[in-house]
This record gives sequence, structure tokens and C-alpha cells, in this order.
Amino acid sequence: MRSLLQFLARHYFVFLFLALEVVSLILIVNYNNFQRVKFLNSSNWVSASLFEASSNLTNYFQLRKINDELAAENAELQTKLQKLEVVEIFSRRDTTLNRDTTYRFIPARIINNSVNKQYNYVTMNKGRLDGIEQDMGIVGPHGVVGVVTNVTDHYSSGPSILNKRWRVSAKIKKNNYFGSLSWSGDNHEYAQLNEIPFHVELAAGDTIITSGYSSIFPEGIMLGVIDDFNHDSGANFYKIKIRLSTNFKTITHVQLVKNNFLEEQINLEDQNTND
Amino acid sequence: MIRDLLKYVIMFVILVLLQALLLNNIQFSGYVNPYLYVLFILLLPFETPRYLLLFLGFFLGLSIDIFSNTPGMHASATTFMAFLRPSTIDLISSRDNIDANSSPRLTLMGFGWFMRYTLLLVVAHHLFLFFVEAFSLNAFIHTLTRSLLSAAFTILLIIISQFLIFKE
Repeated sequence: MRSLLQFLARHYFVFLFLALEVVSLILIVNYNNFQRVKFLNSSNWVSASLFEASSNLTNYFQLRKINDELAAENAELQTKLQKLEVVEIFSRRDTTLNRDTTYRFIPARIINNSVNKQYNYVTMNKGRLDGIEQDMGIVGPHGVVGVVTNVTDHYSSGPSILNKRWRVSAKIKKNNYFGSLSWSGDNHEYAQLNEIPFHVELAAGDTIITSGYSSIFPEGIMLGVIDDFNHDSGANFYKIKIRLSTNFKTITHVQLVKNNFLEEQINLEDQNTND
Repeated sequence: MIRDLLKYVIMFVILVLLQALLLNNIQFSGYVNPYLYVLFILLLPFETPRYLLLFLGFFLGLSIDIFSNTPGMHASATTFMAFLRPSTIDLISSRDNIDANSSPRLTLMGFGWFMRYTLLLVVAHHLFLFFVEAFSLNAFIHTLTRSLLSAAFTILLIIISQFLIFKE
């Protein structure tokens, strides 16, 4: 103890200097907005890098399964392409091409994900520098995953379907009746489809896809199939239980969907509400 | 002694006001911003206790911070400069040509000595300040250029001030 005090006394100049610098640093980080943002951002960067490193490792063990999934998706796309080519021959080229450029897809990998909370979020390894922006949809090989709400330079994140705060506009494929899909917060395999009126004919196994009304997702992306439905007496709408097509416990590779005309569409719609 | 104390208090106030009201508004092409207030640390007597040096540096910087709305930034840089002052003096002078009762003045120490003394400390201060302000090494060359150009301007002002005011 004595020698420690002696040590401190001998080098008091250095320690006093360091103490004053620490005080200054605390002042800087607490009061200066720019430095605070930088400081917090770099800590975010540290945590995101850690997530990425750990997902790099675990991905390695799932390579076989991921390969299978990608191959299956490839095959499916090939089939769709064949059909499209046939269609294209018979239709006017320019109109179909124009419509197709509305949405752009950017591949990304999920580096952090959860299914066991009430508000689950996913983090992707692509960010602003890769062209990711707010309000881009996240689509996996088996359908909708979520939406991007936060973007940094190298990473992006947002709520997945398994988030009670987020709903997605959905419709029944066979008859085009649309409602909104939400998650009740209990089971990560099931969600609910709301606002479907009684007179609609339903059957278990009916396919639920995105409606395309939300302007985040293109029309027709898979959400799930009807597992069960009933109606409470006195209610106006069905209670429909949807088995989600995406398995949120294993999902790794996704594509981020950019709507090139999102701003234009929102501006147009804003004009309606001004009346 | 009392007279000296009064002199330094007045110098402190004048330098802070000059910096806050006039010099902070000078920015040539977004690059050059002189920080003349560090002159106060340069001119403190040789015999100033080292802890006092640090505290004065800290509070001088903090006063500038309060005026320019950047708590901590100038305080850290000026403390750093005060920390370097004793070793800088040791580095550039031999023991016998320092009279402990005097203070570092251009007229007393000679132009060459004063120039080296000012150059080392002002450059150290400006580098520290500008890098804390940028808070990253991303635009390294840009920040380096800014600090060196500003340092050159500050040194010029300090030398001029020595000829104008502190002739004695």
C-alpha cells in the first residue's frame, strides 16, 4: 500500500493528466452530438462484427442444407423463367419489361435473428454502401421475412414477421380477398390473417401471398398456407391461422427488395389524403 | 508577485474573449482556424508547478469550450499541451540558460528558442484538437492538413503578438 502511494506520488503528473483527459472525454462523448453518434456507432459496429463472425462460423455447419435450399430455389426460378419466356413471345415486350424493373433484388445474409421474443428483429450483413435503404422488404427463399427499418454503412436490420408491431398486407391467392397478416407472439411457425369477411369461401391449405398494396413487396410473394379457421360469434371477420412458409429458426440467406418507384407512389398517395 | 498574478488573470480573460469573439469567426476556406489562446500556456512562468499547469490548461480549454459549445474538446487538447510543456522545455534547452524566476519570452530566450518551443507545442495541440474533433482516422490527410495549416497561422499570430505587445 505504501509503495503504491509512493508510486502514485512520484508519477502524479501523468495520472493527473490522464484523469483530466478522461474527464474531457466524458464531456465530449456526453455533450457533443457528433462525437456521441460516432462513439455509439462504433460500438454498434463492434457488436455487429461479432454477430457476423459467429454467424460465419455456424453457417459453415449448415452449408449442405443451404446448398440444397439454393438449388431448390434455382430450379423453381428456372421453371418460372421458362414460363415467362413463353408468355413474353406472345405479349408486347416493352410493357412487360417496364413493369419488371419496378423491383430490384439485393442478396444478403442474416447475421442475427431471434424467434423467442415478442418483438423479433433480423440483422443483415448489407448496408447503405451496398444500396440498402429504409423500407426495403426482406424476402427469403420460402417467402417474406421482414422489412428494413435501420441502415448503417455495412449493416441493416428490421422487424421480422415475428414482431407484434409489424403487419404485412396479404391476400388469398385463389380469390384475391386481402387482409393483413400479423403475429400473435406465441408460436414462431404460425401467424394470423385478419379482416377477411365471412362470405369468402376458405379451405385449409389455401395459399396466402403478399397483396402488393404495401409498395414494399411485389405482389405474389409467398407468406404461408391456411392451417385452420373459424369465426367467433358476433365477430365480423374470420379468425384464420396461417402456417408460415418461412422457417425462422433456420433462415440464413435472404434478398432485399427495393421498390424503385416507392417515393413516387407515396407522393401520389399523399395527394389523396390532402383533400 | 501579486502584480504577476493580476497580469496572468487579465491575459487569460483577454485571450479567451479574443478567441471566442473574434478568432473563432475566422475560417479561411474551411481549413484555417487559428487558436491563439494557447499563448497563455506558452507564457506561464518556468517555475509554475506542474499540477497547476495541467489545471490551468484544462480550465483554459474548458472556457473556450463553453464559448464555442464543444464541451471537452479544447479542454482535452489544452491539457495535453500543458502536459507536454515541461518535457518540451527540457528537450530544447540546456539547464543553465533557464532562469527559474523568468518566463518563456521571445525577448528573453531568443527567437530561435522561442520559435522551436512554440512550434512543438502548438503543432501538438492542434493535431490533438483536430483529431479529437474529427474523432476518427478516416479523413486522415484532410485532418492533418487542417491542423498543420491552422498551426502555422496560430504560430504566426503568436510571433506577431510577441513583437507588438510583450516588448517590455
